[in-house]
Amino acid sequence: MSDSGTSSVAAVEYAGSRQGRAGEPLVKVEDLRTWFPIRRGVFSQTVGHVKAVDGVSFTVQESKTLGLVGESGCGKTTVGRSILRLIPATSGKVHYRGDDLFAMPSGELRRMRRHMQIIFQDPVSSLNPRMTVGNIIGEPIVVHGIAKGKAKDELVASLLERVGLDPSYAVRYPHEFSGGQRQRIGIARALALSPDFIVCDEPVSALDVSIQSQILNLLDDLQKERKIAYLFIAHNLAVVEHCSDEVAVMYLGRIVEKATAEDLYANPKHPYTVSLLSAVPEPNPRPARKRIVLKGEVPSPSNPPTGCAFHPRCALTRLKAGVASAAETMEVRSGSECFRVLSKCVQEVPPLTEKAGAAGHVAACWVAK
Amino acid sequence: MAQPLLEIRDLTVGFDTDRGWIVPVRNVSFCIYPGQTAALVGESGCGKSVTALSILRLIAEPPGRILSGQVLMEGRDLLALPETQMRSVRGKDIAMIFQEPMTSLNPVFTIGDQIMEAILLHQHVTAREARDIAERSLYDVGIADPGRRLNEYPHQMSGGMRQRVMIAMALSCKPKLLIADEPTTALDVTIQAQILELLRKLQRQANMAMLLITHDLGVVAENADVVGVMYASRIVEYATVEDLFDRPAHPYTEGLFRSVPKLGNLAERLATIPGTVPNPAHFPSGCKFHPRCHRMEGDAKCGQIEPSLREVAGSHWAACHHVPNHASSPETSPRLDHRREVVAMATEDLGADVLPSAKEYRP
Repeated sequence: MSDSGTSSVAAVEYAGSRQGRAGEPLVKVEDLRTWFPIRRGVFSQTVGHVKAVDGVSFTVQESKTLGLVGESGCGKTTVGRSILRLIPATSGKVHYRGDDLFAMPSGELRRMRRHMQIIFQDPVSSLNPRMTVGNIIGEPIVVHGIAKGKAKDELVASLLERVGLDPSYAVRYPHEFSGGQRQRIGIARALALSPDFIVCDEPVSALDVSIQSQILNLLDDLQKERKIAYLFIAHNLAVVEHCSDEVAVMYLGRIVEKATAEDLYANPKHPYTVSLLSAVPEPNPRPARKRIVLKGEVPSPSNPPTGCAFHPRCALTRLKAGVASAAETMEVRSGSECFRVLSKCVQEVPPLTEKAGAAGHVAACWVAK
Repeated sequence: MAQPLLEIRDLTVGFDTDRGWIVPVRNVSFCIYPGQTAALVGESGCGKSVTALSILRLIAEPPGRILSGQVLMEGRDLLALPETQMRSVRGKDIAMIFQEPMTSLNPVFTIGDQIMEAILLHQHVTAREARDIAERSLYDVGIADPGRRLNEYPHQMSGGMRQRVMIAMALSCKPKLLIADEPTTALDVTIQAQILELLRKLQRQANMAMLLITHDLGVVAENADVVGVMYASRIVEYATVEDLFDRPAHPYTEGLFRSVPKLGNLAERLATIPGTVPNPAHFPSGCKFHPRCHRMEGDAKCGQIEPSLREVAGSHWAACHHVPNHASSPETSPRLDHRREVVAMATEDLGADVLPSAKEYRP
């Protein structure tokens, strides 16, 4: 939008440890686990755990986007929230510019929060209906002592302008806006503290098609302008491909494949990624792609399958079991079906290992090359 | 050409609200032929769901009212039928499935009760026979162990399963037309693929026609034969699916296609349609798309006169004052066959047979 708008925000140079050590990733997540206890009985005894996130590691580089895709219930939202300590993690480490967020006392954490923001999926429920837009965006600015009074109002006006809204809207309430406009307000609120890392949790999935592209372009412009890194969580594979530098695919709480966006989509390795990509309906009446229709549904994360969690739905292991010797295979039941798979897929959890092709392309599969 | 199964002529639906009458559906006309899939595409508030509900007269009156038009099902005007006769059309001739499988099933009745209700109402069978039909229809939609599932409640099933139950219920009386209102929007892509595959297969078996309502262009491209694009209460473009995707004639359709990120298309920036979808309470004058249109170029006509649908090429209609010269499209007529067969999967047929074949079924 206008140049004056951006410069006045930039003029507020926020103090704090914005300079990290050279060569270090902005955010580094190591072996993150978030388990939710299942409680039963009179004494609410813990009888098991829903392993929503079970050993996830990745890094986000400065002013880059890491896309996180997966179906509902795979744990992608929990990852985003655990990183920001909005949900307490069970174990693991998250480093922001080398500082361990999980070991941080709450006062210090609050100061760190200004560098890390989140944009939520639902623009209706994530804005307080009793606050004006000006207060919604201005609140973090006041809380963090960046500006107040007239200076704050100016900052809010320039933020509104930057996200494509009229500065006079600051006195209105959220219900007066459309879904796309509300999402812009959510983005303005996230930008208010000039963060360098934003978790975008399904930022466009509640929006109409013609509005989605406007918001995606806005996020893209902001990233270039302000060097913001995104963790972009979405289930729409085409959207993730469009805006990510690197993409990680999650299945039942684990990352099953990770590569650069280009490489992952051109050359998927994990059978789950392959079928996920083939399931996306193509806006082309004469599809050239072959489709793999996965059988069954995502198993419950409270009782995930042993070994590779994908083995009950995996076509690749069945195919390989057909040509392998009987000693290497075993029979499994899934629903009403009975079939043979490789024993290894049932017994051992495959680690993320480098696969053939581009460097840094990792997948967790015993069979894929 | 064969007689259309359903013909909608000049349908206009209004709602009486606190702020006066709003008209979310205006002069909508289209036909569906037996065995064909027609799609209505559009963004929220464009009137596509209201159109579907009006066909079955499911609009709450008041506040809603069908202001004019006809809905001809095999030549019979459904809008003129008395309510008692209409009841025998719903569920029997025309069935409907909704977007939200969670709220469209009754939580206090078993799946079996709910499927059997429709069967007992429309077919002259005993309860025992109805149960067999219900079991069979659950089997047809790929639910394992249908006999046991009949006794379960909706909360015991996942979203994809519930949508299968909805389909089983809709198809249990062998309707001639199925109206599917955003059938897969609430589902994950892999489950969406299963459900669409299932609908195509069942449709082929019974030569059933389908009205598919969706906002997903991918779903349209892979499933529809003819497509109506709706914008702000009207159909702005109507064409066969190939024509629509190859040569979109209306600027809204064009903008929609360009603004959707496509797999494998690594363009730096997405094209956008400026502005937002207009609110039905304050539609702009003239062509309702003109404030967002890139073709207008200061033409006053667009702001004053609403363009009507006209044929821009064979079987291709658009409502725009500025349709560019179309390369005359090859002779196309709405196709009745289903081109998109189940595509055999890369690793042979392991995953493609989502459903057991009907022959294997032994109750």
